[in-house]
Amino acid sequence: MQNFQGVGVSPGRIIGTIRQMPRPVSEPPSGERLAANTTAEDAVAGLKTAARAVHDELKARAERASGDGKAVLEATALMAKDPMLLKAAGKLINAGTSAERATWEAGASVAEMLHNLGGYMAERATDVLDVRARIVAELRGVPAPGIPSSETPFILVAEDLAPADTATLDPAVVLALVTSGGGPQSHTAIIARSLGLPAVVAAHGVDSVVDGTEVYVDGAAGSITVGPTVEQRAAALAWVENAATLAVFDGNGTTADGHLVPLLANVGGAKDAVAAAALGAQGVGLFRTEFCFLERDTEPTVEEQTAAYKAVFDAFPGKKVVLRTLDAGADKPLPFLTDATEPNPALGVRGYRTDFTTPGVLERQLEAIALAAAGSEADVWVMAPMISTAAEAARFAQLCAAAGIKTPGVMVEVPSAALTAATVLAEVGFASLGTNDLTQYAMAADRQLGPLAELNTPWQPAVLRLVQLTVAGSAEEGSSKPVGVCGEAAADPALAVVLAGLGVSTLSMTARSLAAVGTVLKTVTLEQAQDLARLALSAPSATEARDWVRAKLPILEELGL
Amino acid sequence: MPERTATIASRSGLHARPAALFAEAAGESPVEVTIARVGEPAEEALDAASILSLMTLGAAKGDVVVLRAEGDGADAALDSLVALLETDLDAE
Repeated sequence: MQNFQGVGVSPGRIIGTIRQMPRPVSEPPSGERLAANTTAEDAVAGLKTAARAVHDELKARAERASGDGKAVLEATALMAKDPMLLKAAGKLINAGTSAERATWEAGASVAEMLHNLGGYMAERATDVLDVRARIVAELRGVPAPGIPSSETPFILVAEDLAPADTATLDPAVVLALVTSGGGPQSHTAIIARSLGLPAVVAAHGVDSVVDGTEVYVDGAAGSITVGPTVEQRAAALAWVENAATLAVFDGNGTTADGHLVPLLANVGGAKDAVAAAALGAQGVGLFRTEFCFLERDTEPTVEEQTAAYKAVFDAFPGKKVVLRTLDAGADKPLPFLTDATEPNPALGVRGYRTDFTTPGVLERQLEAIALAAAGSEADVWVMAPMISTAAEAARFAQLCAAAGIKTPGVMVEVPSAALTAATVLAEVGFASLGTNDLTQYAMAADRQLGPLAELNTPWQPAVLRLVQLTVAGSAEEGSSKPVGVCGEAAADPALAVVLAGLGVSTLSMTARSLAAVGTVLKTVTLEQAQDLARLALSAPSATEARDWVRAKLPILEELGL
Repeated sequence: MPERTATIASRSGLHARPAALFAEAAGESPVEVTIARVGEPAEEALDAASILSLMTLGAAKGDVVVLRAEGDGADAALDSLVALLETDLDAE
């Protein structure tokens, strides 16, 4: 029996066979020439055969797809045998370049041309690059990049997943996600939680397991076992039943003794908001507005923004919706706001700071928010990401007031804002802790890096201390301004109890986690939660903090959380 | 050389699905067909069977384009392609 230990990021106990995600296609070396024994004619013919094979595979996938996905796949299939692309590559081959390199360069120039046209064409540039990678993989005789296409359900093993992979990830076919890299805050973890798939990240060595191997995955314990035991088979069966109870949240976040901690949802648009409302969310604690516009090259108009925001507000009439202004930069670049050439984007012009370099965008967004709020019944709160100082908070509050927005607030993600919470909160109406970035900045550890996964967990006592200081800052300020949490930490039922014990007033998470967090929160009194918070703060390490708290919450093991 | 003009009827222009359908049909015709905006020189015309070329052409609804082809079956091929361009393919 072979075991792999990683970090559990989304609960669930499941048995299935694995499929490895092929590694990304590497760039053929610049200047790569035709092999000595290959003529240009042969290479051109080989390229045509490869292009035809890629076309046929995409076409077959298009036939199985429906709606928008079908149309995109049909168009992408045609790109694979496009005369313009193949002619450009053929010219390079006739000049002595290898077929792989010729395809790479021809694809790059076509993609650049489309990108320069902007709008819809620019969005299609990615499809050309995808086709290019597929043709090169075909020429090399290696599997096509991307999530394997399969009719039978499987456990996907990858080095890490990118946001773009979500589009092609079919939760009906993928049973669980396991990555050898990534960390608890990586995109894989976020994708898994939003889809409700069990997931383990940073499981070193798991990428050497061959396709078709049967494994047991425990997404809470973070373990993968090759050749499941009888006990593990029973546990997987029991999980199916638990999962059914954990799918329903009664819409009332509270401790056993009636201390209310409203459980809210993190959403990226109207579709998420409608789904979250159906799952019982008591409101929205984080509306990531940039997700409405991630593929845009240009700033959306005030009218477009108003419509997008109102659609979310309308899913929660009479309830609180906390909207975050555009959080562009670092891992979420928006071409109209961010400078892609920054040497250190996580510490660069991102979040609220884009207002320094691109003034006007924030004011127009606030105008759209106010218009959408006026036309809806939701209780709209608005916060700025990446606030570092009280002066920034004050300026943001002024901009909100000028736009007619009543409840301005700040995200606490930068340690300086947590340390000066009393003066920051004096300027605004509320604060919301973004634990993903707060952890990244407190630990000085890039959240996407697998080797730093142990540093990059919100269980770090230093991060918990920053949460405690923020709550204490609100008390010191004196007018009981709410301090919520809207990072991934709130979705971990054990950590959610600790956060409630630290005095956090609301918890916002991916809607799929609401029921599990609500279930566990109901098993403890406020006093017990406060004891657990003290215990976690006193731990010398993140691992001990987590283990000590989990040991006092036996319901977690019982439910497989 | 036989040529025809056609007015783009699809709501989204010659993009996305209409472009895919048109490129596929052009690729299946027995002769090579080129496409250009009306008034542009024939030597700058693009390959009508290339979806990527069609996308760079950027023709919107109501734009007029010229199709050209030579050889056996050119007239029949052009007629059927004109009919395709003058149908609102987004409506189907």
